[in-house]
Amino acid sequence: MLDPTISIKYMIAGYAVVVVIMPAYLVSLLLRWRALKRKLQELEEVAGKK
Amino acid sequence: MKSQSPTLKILTALSVLLFLAALVMVFFFTPLEETMNYVQKVFYFHISNAWVGMLGFMVAAVAGIAYLVSHNRKWDNLEMAAIEISLVFFMIAIMLGSIWARPVWNTWWTWDPRLTTAAIVELIYLACLLLRQGIDDPDRRARFSAVYTLVGSLSVPITFLSIRLFRTIHPVVIGNGSANSQGSFAMSSPMLATMLFCLFTFSVIFVTLLWHRVRLENLMVKVEDRQMEIL
Repeated sequence: MLDPTISIKYMIAGYAVVVVIMPAYLVSLLLRWRALKRKLQELEEVAGKK
Repeated sequence: MKSQSPTLKILTALSVLLFLAALVMVFFFTPLEETMNYVQKVFYFHISNAWVGMLGFMVAAVAGIAYLVSHNRKWDNLEMAAIEISLVFFMIAIMLGSIWARPVWNTWWTWDPRLTTAAIVELIYLACLLLRQGIDDPDRRARFSAVYTLVGSLSVPITFLSIRLFRTIHPVVIGNGSANSQGSFAMSSPMLATMLFCLFTFSVIFVTLLWHRVRLENLMVKVEDRQMEIL
């Protein structure tokens, strides 16, 4: 049987990976969305001036 | 670009609630496994992440076929969205497996058939995203990705079946595994219920993320097209 004090550390490490990477991916989606929206707005402005 | 549809908003909220419910089930509903105790709880999210990874790669293959048949770029957008999401989930699955393996197998990594094929799958699809960036023509890029994804998808069933076909130490929780497997355990009813709930939860999360990611891909295409028009 695994030592529970060691086993619990690996369980915490495992779920830490999940709660760090998944939100990080969500944030990356959000940042890319905002950046593209900004770029599209800039392009519309350039097109308007032309 | 259209704002989020009510269905997508509901799906997003549902995904968050299901994710929290899955965590509650894992930590408060499932019993501790006798031999591995706490670290066994990593299994529920490990298997769910791996499932979403494989599901996404297969969705990408189907989207690739649809693109080759129709030449409609919406299929290319779906393909890229599915690959990116699956890469993230599959990487989490590999990392969780490694964290579980350290106390159970006494090593972070071993070149076992399952681990090796899983790493190959991850690298194949990562290479797809990288190679695609080197092609400027959108149609050629989409055609390349469709063929690549289709061929690459062969690695997915090989990975899934590797623990059932080859001598491996990776446990098979459902069905009969290799006699050499280390870390197998008998699933009780609460464990099985939690595993099925996590699989359902991650499937819903996948659909939600796919929808968001396709919207992002469509916006990217729109920006690219607008840039071409202006320049």
